[in-house]
Amino acid sequence: MNLKASHTKSYIKQALNNDVLRAAVDKATRTAVKKRADKVDAIPYWEELRYRAHVIKRDVIEHLDTYLQQFETQAQANGIKVHWAIDAAEARKIIHAIAVKNNVKTVVKSKSLTTEEIHLNTFLMDRDIQALETDLGEYIVQLLDHIPSHLTAPALHLSRQDIGKLFHEKLGVDYTENPNELLSIARARLRKKFLTADMGISGVNFAIAESGCLTIVENEANARLTIGLPKVHIAVMGIEKLLPSFRELAVFLKLLAPSATGQKQTVYVNIIGGPLHTLLGEGPEQVHVILLDNGRSKILADPQLRETLFCIRCGACLNACPIYQQVGGHAYGWVYMGPIGATLIPQYLGVKEGRYAPFVSSLCGACFHACPVRIDIPHHLLKLRHKVVESGHSKAIEKIGIKAWAFLARYPMLYRVATWFPGKVQKLYKKPFPVPGYTKERAVGLFDGKGFRRRYLDNEKAKGAKNSKLI
Amino acid sequence: MKVALFIPCLSEHLYPESALSMVKVLSHIGAEIDYVDGQTCCGQPAFNSGYHKEIFPLAERFIELFHEKEYVVAPSGSCVAMVRKFYYDLDIRRDLHAARDELAGKIFEFTEFLVDVVKVEKLGGVFPHRVTYHDSCHLNRELGVHEQPRQLIRTIKDIDFVEMQQPDLCCGFGGTFSYKFKELSISMVERKCRYIEESGAEYCIGADSSCLMNIEGYLRRHNMRTKTMHIADLIATSLTNE
Ligand code: SF4
Repeated sequence: MNLKASHTKSYIKQALNNDVLRAAVDKATRTAVKKRADKVDAIPYWEELRYRAHVIKRDVIEHLDTYLQQFETQAQANGIKVHWAIDAAEARKIIHAIAVKNNVKTVVKSKSLTTEEIHLNTFLMDRDIQALETDLGEYIVQLLDHIPSHLTAPALHLSRQDIGKLFHEKLGVDYTENPNELLSIARARLRKKFLTADMGISGVNFAIAESGCLTIVENEANARLTIGLPKVHIAVMGIEKLLPSFRELAVFLKLLAPSATGQKQTVYVNIIGGPLHTLLGEGPEQVHVILLDNGRSKILADPQLRETLFCIRCGACLNACPIYQQVGGHAYGWVYMGPIGATLIPQYLGVKEGRYAPFVSSLCGACFHACPVRIDIPHHLLKLRHKVVESGHSKAIEKIGIKAWAFLARYPMLYRVATWFPGKVQKLYKKPFPVPGYTKERAVGLFDGKGFRRRYLDNEKAKGAKNSKLI
Repeated sequence: MKVALFIPCLSEHLYPESALSMVKVLSHIGAEIDYVDGQTCCGQPAFNSGYHKEIFPLAERFIELFHEKEYVVAPSGSCVAMVRKFYYDLDIRRDLHAARDELAGKIFEFTEFLVDVVKVEKLGGVFPHRVTYHDSCHLNRELGVHEQPRQLIRTIKDIDFVEMQQPDLCCGFGGTFSYKFKELSISMVERKCRYIEESGAEYCIGADSSCLMNIEGYLRRHNMRTKTMHIADLIATSLTNE
C-alpha cells in the first residue's frame, strides 16, 4: 500500500464513505479516550508531569549534539555498534549490509514506526530477506499489505470481523471473531518464527545518553523475543529519541502508558544494555543501533517547530482528535498521522507534497490538551499553514480574495461599504448567498445590511433625543 | 468602569442582536459603554489560513484603537484569543509591542469578563426552559474559559441546565476549514448536533457566534428541534422575563 500526502482530500472522502471503517475508528477512539481519562484523572500530579516532560525534551532537543555524542560513546563502551544514517536510503543500506554480512534470510520485527518511515519491509523483501512483523496489530496490517493507521494501534481501522475474515483467507484457519482465539492463531505462527529468525529489528522508545542503553516498551512480549532470541539485533531510532538519564525515563514511563493505551504501566519495559552478556549467556551476539536523521536536523533548525520533535508517539492526540475520530489514519496519506502527523508531513515531505496536511484541522486544540509532552500542535499547524502560503502553495483565488479583503479592512469606510453592499444585493435576491460546500448542509442567516454599528448608533441617538426632550 | 466594545465581523453583520444583548447586559451591571467607531476586523480569518503579512496593518490598527481603553470586551472567544495570544505570532511594528502587551491584559471575552473581572455572582433573570451549553474550542482551550458561562447559566431562575455528551467536542466549523474540507466539517457538525438533540434541550447556548452559526445552520437544514442562542441573548432575555 502506497499512500500520498497530496491525495489527502480524496482519502478523506473515501474514509467518510466507508461506514465499516468509521464504526471501527469511532469505537476504538472512544474506548481509548475513556481509558486514558480514567487513568489520567487518578494521577493528581499529571499536569506537573506534563510540564516536566516538556522541559526535559526541550533540554534534550536543544542540546541534541551533546547528548548524541554522549550516547554514542557510552553505547560503544557497552559493546553496541552505533551507525549514523543521514536519510532513509542510508539507513536501509546499513541494515542490508549487516544482513548480508551475517547471512540473514529471515527477520522478525517488533513494532517500529521509524522502520515504516524508511519503508524497510518492502526493501528487505525485494532483496529476498523475509521480514515478519510480530506485534499483533502490525502482523495484521502486514498480512493486508496496509500501513498502520494509528501510532500505537496499527490495525485500529479494522473490526474483529475484518480480522477474522483475513485470518481465514490468508492463513487458512476456520473463521472466528473471538479475540482470544485470533490471538492464539497469530501467536502459534509467530512463536516458530522467533526461534528460527536470523535477525531481529526493533525501534526504540527512549535511548539513555548517560548509560548508552536502549529502552523499548510493549505489551505483548514480542519485542522481548525479537531482541532476545535472534543472534543479531538492529534497533532503528530517530535522533530525537534521547533522554539524559534513567531518572528522566521515570517521568516518561509514567506519562506514556496512560496516554497511549490507558494503562497504568506498559506490561514490559525492555532495556538493551549491550550484546550477549558473558556471565548470563543470553541475548544477541551483536547489537546495532541506527541513528536516523532523515530530515530531523532540518526540523531542529526552527526554534518553534522543533517542539514537534518532542513527540513520544503515544497516539493520544489521534484518539482525542475529532477529525481522526471520523476518518482514521490512512486519510492523512503518510506513516505519521493525526494531529502530530499533520505537523510532521509538510516538515518531512516538503510543503509542496504536504501542503494540505496542516489545513486538515479545525484548530480545536484537543490534541494539545491530550499530549503528555505538551506539544502545542494547533500553534505549529498555524505556523506551517503560513509556510505553505509563503512558499506559494495556496490557491491564487484565495490569495487575491484575502489580499483584497485585508486591504479594505484597513479603511473602515471602505470596509463598511464593502460589507453593506452584499447585504443590499441579498435583500433583492431574497435568499442567503450559497457558499460552495458550506450551505448545502447548513442554512445561513440573511445579512440585513444594517449591522450592529448602525443599530447601536441609532439606539444611542434615540436615547439622546429622548433625554434632551426630558430636559 | 468603562467597557470598550469589540464587535467581531460575524456579530457585526450576521448576529447584531447578540452584540446588542451584550451591551444590554453590560449596561445592566453598571458598565459605561464605549463604542470605538472605526473598528474593522482583528485579522483572524486570514491568520488562520496562513496569511500573516497581509494582516499586520489590521493588527496594528486594532492595537492602536484599543490599547488605551480600560477594558475591551467581545462576544467571541476566538477573536479575543487572536488578539491576546496570536498577535504575538505576528511581526508587528516594534513601537507597538508595549501596547500589544497592554491590550492582551485588558481584552476579555464576555462571560470571562462578567465572572473573572466584574465578579458577578448573580444577574437575576428567569428562563423557564431546558438548555445545554456548547464549549467553543478557542474559548475553552485557548482562553481556559469553561466554568464561567456555566456559572452564569446556573444563576438564572427556573432554567433547566443539562450537559450534553462531550460538550467540548468541536462543532467542526474552524473558519475556512468548513468549506476547504466540507465533508469532514459536515460530519463533525452532524455529530455535534446529534449530541445536542440527545440532551433534550430546547436551546443550545454558546458564547461564540461562529460556532453557533455552524450548529444552527445544520439544525435548521435538518429540521431538528433545538434552537441555538448566544449566551448574551440568553442573559438579556432572562432579564426581560423577570
Ligand atoms: S504529539 Fe503528543 S499526544 Fe501526539 S503522539 Fe506525540 S506525544 Fe503523543
